[in-house]
Amino acid sequence: MSHKRQVYHTNIWEEEAEADNPFATKTAYCHGYDVYGEILQKASWFEYLYLMFKGERPTADQAVLLERLAIALANPGPKEASVRAAMNGGVGGSTHASSLMAALAVGAGQYGGSHEVFIALQMWNKCQFNLDKWKYCLTNPNEGHREDIWLPIEHGPGFDPNGVSCPTVVLQTLKTLEALKTAGALSWLSENRESLESHLGYPLAMSGIAAAALYDLEMNDHEATMLYLMLRLPGAAVHAIEQRGMGWKKFPFYADNIELKNDPGPMGVPHIEGVEL
Amino acid sequence: MSTQSLLESEDLLTTEMGKAFLCERAVMRGKDIHNELGGMDWFRMNLFSITGRKFSDEQIQLLNYSWVATSYPDPSIWPNHVAALAGSVRTTVSLSMIAGMAISEASIYGRRPERRALDFFYRAKGRVDCGEKLQDIVESELETHGVIYGYGRPLAKIDERIPHTLKLVSELGLDNGKHFKLALEIYELLKQTRGLSMNIAAVNTSLVADMGLTVEEYQQFLTPCFITGMAPCYIDARDKPEGGFFPVRCESIEYRGTPKRKW
Repeated sequence: MSHKRQVYHTNIWEEEAEADNPFATKTAYCHGYDVYGEILQKASWFEYLYLMFKGERPTADQAVLLERLAIALANPGPKEASVRAAMNGGVGGSTHASSLMAALAVGAGQYGGSHEVFIALQMWNKCQFNLDKWKYCLTNPNEGHREDIWLPIEHGPGFDPNGVSCPTVVLQTLKTLEALKTAGALSWLSENRESLESHLGYPLAMSGIAAAALYDLEMNDHEATMLYLMLRLPGAAVHAIEQRGMGWKKFPFYADNIELKNDPGPMGVPHIEGVEL
Repeated sequence: MSTQSLLESEDLLTTEMGKAFLCERAVMRGKDIHNELGGMDWFRMNLFSITGRKFSDEQIQLLNYSWVATSYPDPSIWPNHVAALAGSVRTTVSLSMIAGMAISEASIYGRRPERRALDFFYRAKGRVDCGEKLQDIVESELETHGVIYGYGRPLAKIDERIPHTLKLVSELGLDNGKHFKLALEIYELLKQTRGLSMNIAAVNTSLVADMGLTVEEYQQFLTPCFITGMAPCYIDARDKPEGGFFPVRCESIEYRGTPKRKW
């Protein structure tokens, strides 16, 4: 009995096989461009990355903006939740993949994570450059929310409810990136940042800049989410590796910082004759 | 604009969920794990950890069956396929299982529909209790969302798990719950008006609604449920030659994008 051969459909990738092996790739094309015959020699990493996501080569300005954004996002630092998650993998000697999976899972969240960027991108599409609409959406981010695996977001997406003033690194990033894209979301955000912060009562966050930059790069909500997840992994990787070498004795262990409010107290352990523990 | 909550929690976590007093004991939700919960089977303990509540033997038996009945070791099912791919390329067991579990939080099957189905039954029951006609509730749900989760099934018209579950529900005496009865009434209605079948999500979630699990509790409970089907798929692929799980030849990638061009 012959079985139907399954096929994968794609508008991104095409392959031609070697004559002696139908499973081995002789040539691969990404959106029509020869990946190993041409892109590998001529494109920058960020030109290729943009091509993969958007199907067309970026302009020189778009490639630079994506690269600068990638630098800004590359390492959120060891106090950030997704990097901490990766370090918890590293310190225990877990697999590298598990450290990055931990970083992705935690970094997917709605407080500084990729789902916050997802929601912010939807707001960019809805509000665009209308300040009143933005103010309304930021204070009503769950309007139309239906039951979902994602809980309702608890703050205005792209802003930090635990912030006081806008941190210097966020301002430096905004200033650098807005200079790379005139009359776009980044420059609009820069012009209206203080008004939005004043409206919400808390400052702009890095996730808000990332959302604006990705909107300027014409990424949709799904593309922006994926890029945000990917671009923050380098920091998770290096900090996980570092903690692996640093050792668990230097790594925080919070047992003494946890206070149990309903402790039933010691109930003893069985005494086993002949076994001294 | 305040850092108050950060400052308050920087060095102290107060909780009623539990703590490990290493070298001495461990506590979960106010109970000594070894002395007070040590006699529980893992399944009950898992439910207790999620809800803080204990369930009847009949409820446990039904919930247990809902996991058993979902343990299909067929690698064409997407989470299992991931586990099999992982085995085929010889990644680790834990990475394989967790990857399959992670994609089970899907939209056309798995965690999102289950969650929405349970939410629907709670809302529908509330509206029925307020005197609304069931047909109006169903129609408004369809008008708003275009779908009622639990009715209709991707890839298959008949859900073979339903008769087995209904038989068990009857044997356990759990067939008198209001949400469960509502689920069957909605099935009759949708069959007549839309020709839609019912899938296991409607049966299971309506029964879970009768037990009073919240949607968040239900998702937590369900999260590992496909893992028993994944394990055989991983093992089978792991024991076959490397890369031997449905290998894909170049021409099986069917491209319909931009024609070849120069950089």
